[in-house]
Amino acid sequence: MIWTDLLPGLFGEHHQVSREGELLRGTAQLDGQTLAVVGTTDHAAIGVELALAQARAVLDTVRDHPGRPILLLVDTQGQRLRRRDELLGINRYMAHLGLCIELARQRGHRVIGLVYDQALSGGFITSGLIADACYALPEAEIRVMRLPAMARVTKIDESRLAALAESNPVFAPGVENYVAMGGVRALWRGDLAAQLRDALAHTPTTDERARDGAERGGRRLAAEVAQRVAEHPAQA
Amino acid sequence: MSLANPLQASFAESTARERVLQLLDAGSFTEILGPSARVMSPHLSQLGVPSSFDDGVIVGEGRLGGQAVLVAAQEGEFMGGGVGEVHGAKLVGLFQRALRQRPAAVLVLAESGGVRLHEANAGLIAVSEVMRALLATRAAGIPTLMLIGGANGCFGGMGLVARCADHVVMSDAARLSMSGPEVIESSHGVEEFDAKDRALVWRTTGGKHRYLMGDCDVLVDDQLGAFREAALQLLGQARPLTLEALEHEHALLAGRLADHGDAADAVDIWRRLGIADAPSVVNLDAAELRLLKHPAQEGAQP
Amino acid sequence: MSISHGLETLHFSFTGTQPAGRFAPVLVGVVGSGNLEVMIEPLADSGAAAECRLEVSTSARGFAPIWRAVAEDFHARHPLGGVLISINDMGATPAVVNLRLDQAVAQMRSAQP
Repeated sequence: MIWTDLLPGLFGEHHQVSREGELLRGTAQLDGQTLAVVGTTDHAAIGVELALAQARAVLDTVRDHPGRPILLLVDTQGQRLRRRDELLGINRYMAHLGLCIELARQRGHRVIGLVYDQALSGGFITSGLIADACYALPEAEIRVMRLPAMARVTKIDESRLAALAESNPVFAPGVENYVAMGGVRALWRGDLAAQLRDALAHTPTTDERARDGAERGGRRLAAEVAQRVAEHPAQA
Repeated sequence: MSLANPLQASFAESTARERVLQLLDAGSFTEILGPSARVMSPHLSQLGVPSSFDDGVIVGEGRLGGQAVLVAAQEGEFMGGGVGEVHGAKLVGLFQRALRQRPAAVLVLAESGGVRLHEANAGLIAVSEVMRALLATRAAGIPTLMLIGGANGCFGGMGLVARCADHVVMSDAARLSMSGPEVIESSHGVEEFDAKDRALVWRTTGGKHRYLMGDCDVLVDDQLGAFREAALQLLGQARPLTLEALEHEHALLAGRLADHGDAADAVDIWRRLGIADAPSVVNLDAAELRLLKHPAQEGAQP
Repeated sequence: MSISHGLETLHFSFTGTQPAGRFAPVLVGVVGSGNLEVMIEPLADSGAAAECRLEVSTSARGFAPIWRAVAEDFHARHPLGGVLISINDMGATPAVVNLRLDQAVAQMRSAQP
């Protein structure tokens, strides 16, 4: 879905979100409450500038509007793949965005992530995936890497990967797999405003993804292994 | 090769297991979910790839300078240190354990390409869970230290996790970044980034460059003992996340773009940072580089 | 022996004359290209004080006779009893396999009183 359809779908006329290049920023109203909206469009490649601009929007919200909920809109092809970004330390810029969102959460801002178009790999680790929870539209595309590239890097036959992708949510791209594995909390169908209202009211602030992955069957070991490490009897 | 003092051995050439044993006080390390527990990847065998008994990460508790610490060490030789479902869950559990035990620090000896591609979606979610768990530990005031000294470097999602921690220690044997040079070259060509130009790769993402830029707090020699000393100095030094701290960070990053956004190469950046003979940086050792960065503190610890 | 589309698993069993007794599990090596990890543990079954069991999981398929030869040579060098030796292999040469096996035994012995 394009952002110019998404925002009316969520807020009707009650939004003041605009784009500056690939950055989306602004505010919107739901049930009389104002939210901050931050994100990207056009399958943006997140480079140092775009990570910094999103961080600025989050920091401004924390500084000027304590407690205001934040909606992160995700549409990215992943991190920008340029030597310049690596030279400048893009990992620090992207981590900074993540830390700003974490600060907002620690200070009581509800942060909801929504993949409304694409989310590839590292591009949304410090945006959508660091929210209280990440949601997605049913038509959204989420994956780590395209199968041909995965085949090249892992040196495993593409047809073998594709066959496994049929039955194993771990390899297959697709939002349903991410829901099954707990990475995405739910898909938003139908009345988007109602979905957002529900998310703001009911999204936990603790990380429930491993538990969800176990309950839904897509990731059976993560929760149990983490618990075993956390609760292993201490040595004297 | 046996040395009179094993602490003098190369960190980069040691296995993760050897690194942990030398880093901590002798005999103090107890591994949790070690190899004989056989908590392994449920996904790799389907791809005909062998698993490792500890899924490529060692986690446990021990002492450093007599103080209780929790430790994780990624084995870079197994799947490039990539994070899969179980590997990630062991790290998450360690950070959760920190909330209960309140150690003097959580040390992560990071050597990873990021998400383990063979586990794709599970790996991506796992990396994100590691990040959330580290940040919860940080919010509780427990210092998190990333020790990055492996030849495979710290990339991808782990490169992000590294910059979420309180402190980063590196040697120039290692690199810290997001995307590897091969990925960039295959995306935009060899003119963009020649992955075979080792000197270029290290100038761009290696420990010395990161140290001069301020993206690692401490630069050490490639030696087990040097990492141990650096970690000892950082125990108990938490850096809370505050609005003020993040505004400061934001100004620093914005300033970096303004000052160096048009730099063609790391050497240009070093020159602009005021280093007289910038190209000579590649020949300096960690101590000499520390002096360059802190000329007023000759003899002091960084 | 089983050959799936992926890993090959092999099992060998010998009767040893040197009971290893009790010891903490030992691990040497890393599962990297051309390398392997070897874990030695005491055999849990009582009454298996004389058995040396070797279990191999490898991505290099079709080398069963070579693994058998290596296993037999190893047992001739170290006729251990009451041990389970577990291997995850990624195409190591017999020389490297022998090295890791000997390293593992040495580590096991050095830790014992």
